Amino acid sequence: MSALLSVSDAHVSYGKVEAVRSVSLEVADDEIVTIIGANGAGKTTLLNAIMGVLPLKGATAFAGTDMTPLDIEDRVAAGLCLVPEHRELFGTMNVEDNLQLGAFRIPKATAARSFERVYTLFPRLKERRKQLAGTLSGGEQQMLAMGRALMGAPKLLMLDEPSLGLAPIIVADIFRTIGELRAAGVSVLLVEQNAQAALKIADRAYVMELGEFILSGSAKDIASNQRVAASYLGFQHEGASGI
Amino acid sequence: MNTTIMLFLLQDGITNGAIYALLGLALVLVFAVTRVILIPQGEFVTFGALSYAMLATGQVPGTAKLAMAMGVVAFGLDLFEARRSLRPRRVARAVALNIALPAAIMALTYGLAGPKTPIAVNIALSLLIVAAIGLFLYRIAFQPIAHTSVLVLLIASVGCHLALQGLGLVFFGAEGLRGPALSNTALTIGPLRFTGQSLAVYGLTVAFIVALWLFFGFTLMGKALRATAVNRLGARLVGIRTTLSGQIAFLLASIIGAISGILIVPITTLYYDTGFLIGLKGFIAAIIGGLVSYPLTAVAALLVGSVEAFSSFYASNFKEVIVFTLILPVLVLRSLAAPAVEEEKD
Repeated sequence: MSALLSVSDAHVSYGKVEAVRSVSLEVADDEIVTIIGANGAGKTTLLNAIMGVLPLKGATAFAGTDMTPLDIEDRVAAGLCLVPEHRELFGTMNVEDNLQLGAFRIPKATAARSFERVYTLFPRLKERRKQLAGTLSGGEQQMLAMGRALMGAPKLLMLDEPSLGLAPIIVADIFRTIGELRAAGVSVLLVEQNAQAALKIADRAYVMELGEFILSGSAKDIASNQRVAASYLGFQHEGASGI
Repeated sequence: MNTTIMLFLLQDGITNGAIYALLGLALVLVFAVTRVILIPQGEFVTFGALSYAMLATGQVPGTAKLAMAMGVVAFGLDLFEARRSLRPRRVARAVALNIALPAAIMALTYGLAGPKTPIAVNIALSLLIVAAIGLFLYRIAFQPIAHTSVLVLLIASVGCHLALQGLGLVFFGAEGLRGPALSNTALTIGPLRFTGQSLAVYGLTVAFIVALWLFFGFTLMGKALRATAVNRLGARLVGIRTTLSGQIAFLLASIIGAISGILIVPITTLYYDTGFLIGLKGFIAAIIGGLVSYPLTAVAALLVGSVEAFSSFYASNFKEVIVFTLILPVLVLRSLAAPAVEEEKD
């Protein structure tokens, strides 16, 4: 298994407070990996550090090259893309402009194909293409954030809480789309509080608690783990193994 | 007052207002992209104007050497910043931008400067020199502190203004200069006489407004600049280099400043410190436009120009006072209309 992204012994601190401690993870080609954990476990911090938004102590390699000296912009060019928790859209610009800027680092011809792809994945965005991003509903904003990230034709898409604050029917839609990405050759690193939905589509999972990984394994094993079931899936009894 | 005088004043006001509009637009542009309130905008005006005036007399202005010196400093900063990963391509780019470019501009200036150089060449040279200074000014003074608060950036901006003004005194001396007119043709409509110079002012202002509108509305680079202004982190996450956006904003601002200077130096005598006052009037227009709106800024600039023209006719001693007092009701209204917001951290 050749790892697309590999992080080893990563530490991230805010001043003296260490939010992520000695974390190692790998994502292979065409794989969906999820990190689940409670609020404040350090999941968002870890993603931001992998992207280069926060300084990370430790080794990170992407597609075989050392990422330590690279800026955010260079990591984007290398094919790593983050859809942040707050989406960070260009609110006063329309949907089409937001998507076009997502393809800022790739050639124009490729960008046209990306447009097709994103509009097929999210037909709603095509309907709303002249609307300002700031006036979209929460679900549409999440679609736009994912669409904008996909415009850059990333090899690995990192999603931070894509289900946050969305209605269940839209969450189902978003997760279905994440599943489709694998077929399109995009690996996904997914951070979620909605553990149940995340474990259903993921191949492998890491469980994070207080800045450390306490468990890792195939999504199936994790889902049937008693401790995980009790803390994150809302099952109280032995019956959890039956999922 | 009769209609003729009124028309004359209005014409005068609109000519000045057009210049203020250019400067106001540049201020809005720079603030939107970098959050810097560009006090040294006035120095771009004087540097452009006086470099052009000096070139017209056949001398090489000191600004060419300043651009070279600033390029060397910028190169040093680039190397220092990239010290941990000195890839050949990165170094080559730094050399090309920071050393080769200003060296070429300086060589061109020394090569072409002379008493018989055509006006167009002199204009091109002064624009090149000031553009390089604007570019390096961002690299040296603002890029290293790009993440700090608006107040810190403003203080740096005032510092740059003082430094550049002092250098202006060194380069151009305390005496004022005038440059040759762009054209000597004139056009008479009724009682009004339009010189080629003032027509050039109108034409270029309109052209710049249209060009900026096209650039920001329809080109990918323009949209990227806007995106940087709307959401810095979002822009970085799609791979837009915010430092590049800042450099482009400063480049445009310095070129606009220099053009304004070249447009007015044939009309009025400019001193090394005149630019500041002119820039401030552009600033008032930009403030009236809320530092965000290009059309509102342009309209406000015409208003500022007209108020200035009329007050210099009626109460010439109080001309500046009246113009700068314009800003007070605007600030009061704006602060009443918008609740105070804490500056967002990014």
